[in-house]
Amino acid sequence: MLHEHPPDCPLSVHDLTVAYQRKPVIWDVDLNIPEGKLVGIVGPNGAGKSTLLKACLDLIPKTSGWVNIYGEPYRANRHLVGYVPQRESVDWDFPVSALDVVAMGTYRRLGWFRPVGKAEKAVALEALEKVGIAHLAGRQISQLSGGQQQRVFLARALAQDAKVYFMDEPFAAVDAATEQAIVTLLQELRNSGRTCLVVHHDLATVAQYFDWLIFLNLRVVASGPTAEVFNDDNLRKTYGGKLSLLDHAAEAIRRS
Amino acid sequence: MPTLHDILSTVLLQSYNTRIVVLGTAMLGLASGITGAFLLLRKRSLMGDALSHATFPGIGIAFAVMVSAGGSGKDLLGLLTGATISGVLGVLCMLAIRNTTRLRDDVAMGFALSVFFGTGAAVYAMVQTKPGAAGLESFIYGKAASMVFSDVVMISVVGILVTGTALLLLKEFMLLCFDEDFAASTGWPVLRLDILLLVLVTAVTVTGLQAVGLILIIAFLIIPPTAARFWTNSLRRMLVLSGAIGAMSGWLGASVSALFANLPAGALIVLTAAAIFLFSMLFGSARGVILKLLDQAKLQRRIGRQHLLRAAYEILETMGQPVSNQPIPRQELLEHRSWSNAELSRLLSQARHEDHIEPGTGADTSLIHLSESGFGEASRITRNHRLWELYLITHAEIAPSHVDRDADLVEHILGAEMVRALEAELKPRPAIPSSPHRIPSRSSSSSAT
Repeated sequence: MLHEHPPDCPLSVHDLTVAYQRKPVIWDVDLNIPEGKLVGIVGPNGAGKSTLLKACLDLIPKTSGWVNIYGEPYRANRHLVGYVPQRESVDWDFPVSALDVVAMGTYRRLGWFRPVGKAEKAVALEALEKVGIAHLAGRQISQLSGGQQQRVFLARALAQDAKVYFMDEPFAAVDAATEQAIVTLLQELRNSGRTCLVVHHDLATVAQYFDWLIFLNLRVVASGPTAEVFNDDNLRKTYGGKLSLLDHAAEAIRRS
Repeated sequence: MPTLHDILSTVLLQSYNTRIVVLGTAMLGLASGITGAFLLLRKRSLMGDALSHATFPGIGIAFAVMVSAGGSGKDLLGLLTGATISGVLGVLCMLAIRNTTRLRDDVAMGFALSVFFGTGAAVYAMVQTKPGAAGLESFIYGKAASMVFSDVVMISVVGILVTGTALLLLKEFMLLCFDEDFAASTGWPVLRLDILLLVLVTAVTVTGLQAVGLILIIAFLIIPPTAARFWTNSLRRMLVLSGAIGAMSGWLGASVSALFANLPAGALIVLTAAAIFLFSMLFGSARGVILKLLDQAKLQRRIGRQHLLRAAYEILETMGQPVSNQPIPRQELLEHRSWSNAELSRLLSQARHEDHIEPGTGADTSLIHLSESGFGEASRITRNHRLWELYLITHAEIAPSHVDRDADLVEHILGAEMVRALEAELKPRPAIPSSPHRIPSRSSSSSAT
């Protein structure tokens, strides 16, 4: 079931297969994501959610297929893309301040050799302001709480000033206040026409947070507006017999 | 034994020969301190070790080739070219093992390091009998004293190039070391930056072979940045410090080695660096051990004070309303928390010291009387503590991220409005709210004893 891929699509994925060491991790992924949506990527552990993000970002080789950002290959349009990696993927003991990390979002525009200047610092500070921790700008990153570290990563992505954002589990292990702040931020991004793809784990909140969902379990089970695809059938196809999760989701459906 | 005059003239670089040697090793220390910092932050220090050991066979082979070509075999540039080639081969071998098998980094590193070093030892044994081979062993342990002016020129040129490149690419290397995936996603050539970093490390290693020796050069790459990290949380300051510590180790180590003819420079440089490391580890102003212990002790004292005053206040509460400042039997304080007699005595003498209890009562009296300021502090601490507890109960979902502070900071963190709201919930006694948890009553605690 291969689709047409309109060129104004923020993200279109065609026939994507990624394999690590003989074993395919995701296969036959075919997606068109419309502009200005909050897109949740859900699926069980090991379903290939992070792999899908990394393949979209050209961080791992594709075995087959292609990924386009606004109708062009990633390489040509990567200035339109912002990335929030998993928080645990870096060493938070690194000797830099929150502001230093956020300023990394401006490096690409800055180019080779040029050091971070006043303008970049202002951009970084503004981004920290938006995530509500401007007062922590000078703090060394190991002295931030988990939620604050996650906000630093989001601020760095904001400093990239992108049109499509890829976020790998931004809600993982954050406090409720941070979760709420992230949700508000995502809505602001959407309302200004940005598209956000977010790997999310909590089925109880997924229907409430996102207006488009991708159900992933090695292949795409369903992709579409939340109202159309968030149902028992798709959840069962994605999560199989993992009953505790299904109960969770059933409860969420009842509530919505 | 060297005389005082010898020592001064060496350390102050009065003889031409020492000046050459010390300048060379200090320059090397500066360059290796700065590249080593990036290597450390990239978590690739082991790779530096494999690289330096793997230079050994290259030196022997280069010597043999040069001798059989009719040369003296002692041409430094030729020897170092050989060292570079085999060093890089060693690293490639390590990477190949790591990337094609499921063996871990440390196994791949141990394999490459020992096999290349073993090959070097065999090659060295074979060329040892050739004329002019006697100097080769200085590459193993380092012999700074044999440096001549042209060597120092070479080290300085390499040092300046390496340091300059590292500083020019500060932002790029910082991004590479901190978050490789993010760097790649924004289009930085991660692989090429990694290779460049490896080139810088190779350049420092190979030029340092003569002065420090291939076994110990790794210390020059690892110890200065590690020591620098104890003093600062900023990468820029860490780089400056690391370079300075490297240069100082080179200068002092080479000076001492010049005083004692038989002591290898490499060993002394490492020992000097290790001494600086030890000093930094203990006294470092950012993460030194002593600082940490002091912080811990300070925290302990503050918590101890809060516990004591709160216990006193809670006992006063049971003695009648409104709460007034009256003498408290020491025995009741002792039973109120899980203090040992000695602990309580220590807390009381500390409180006496801070004027929280009246003179005349204290560690050894059976009645404790809070001073005016102690009573005020006790009611303040009790109130703040209860507000925190209540906040945890009423705002459990957002509280954990905010309640990692002690009682002192309640208004500062929660804001006046929230504190007012919490206090409103604690009516009818707004000044000091009653405890949200049950406090063991006087009668039950005294009947238990």
